[in-house]
Amino acid sequence: MSVEHSHGHDHDHAPPPDQDGPWSDYQYLETAVRELLIEKGIFSNDDVRRMIERMDSRSPARGAQVVAKAWSDPAFKDRLLADGRGAVEELGIDIEPVRLIVVENTAAEHNMVVCTLCSCYPRNLLGLPPDWYKARAYRSRAVREPRAVLAEFGTELPDGVAVRVHDSTADMRYMVLPRRPDGSEGLGEAELADLVTRDSMIGVSLPKTPA
Amino acid sequence: MTARFEPGAAVRVRLDDPKGHCRTPHYCRGRSGVVERICGAFRDPEELAYGGEGLPKQPLYRVRFAQAELWPDYAGPAGDCVEIEIYEHWLEAAG
Repeated sequence: MSVEHSHGHDHDHAPPPDQDGPWSDYQYLETAVRELLIEKGIFSNDDVRRMIERMDSRSPARGAQVVAKAWSDPAFKDRLLADGRGAVEELGIDIEPVRLIVVENTAAEHNMVVCTLCSCYPRNLLGLPPDWYKARAYRSRAVREPRAVLAEFGTELPDGVAVRVHDSTADMRYMVLPRRPDGSEGLGEAELADLVTRDSMIGVSLPKTPA
Repeated sequence: MTARFEPGAAVRVRLDDPKGHCRTPHYCRGRSGVVERICGAFRDPEELAYGGEGLPKQPLYRVRFAQAELWPDYAGPAGDCVEIEIYEHWLEAAG
């Protein structure tokens, strides 16, 4: 792909200072399309910055709030498992058009989420996916040898616990509802939320246990 | 939306390799599973990917596959499974 182009202003498209290698074709493509759309007045640099800020503002804390509520309120948990988006909206969390399926870990079943085709992820609840979630190694191995992957995350499950892997290949997004840790009786929702990690909501690990 | 398969129905993923974009992973093509739930009706991504409307909407299913069905040498317990979202036109009745 040629990187020579002219569109009425003068700049050199040098790689950003923190990227040592050459740009990929996709980086050139993204930059070219973005600059053209800005030139044509479809959106502005400021719009781009605001969108990035909005994406960066989402964090796993949202998901943790949902999990803590489900641990504390059995009726909410039932609604969450029946209609993920509806229940999450009760907490004032707008997940836009996302179809959310919440899957519950139990004594008999452990759930784990992957997108083998790309990197589908419940960003509105968990923020941006970690790099390993997008890596080919995780995407291919999570469906092929999930127990080996779990072990590498330090998660050893007894054979009596079935592993159910969710490949989010299309229009649904998945969040795991981890099991409430032993010793967390009597904790309030805020303290419970502190026990909920991002990885436990992807299903590659378990929540923290109370100190 | 009229869904051809009910939850619990035995289905097989079409063994096919069409050109272009599709969201049916290769590793489940030709494999049999059970409908876990009907997710609703969605525009067909195979047309959306090329600027089409993707209409009429396609029923989308979650299909549960035993690990041993996907990977005959799977080493884990028999209860382990993978669930995959699959559009109706990729499914045929099995069993």
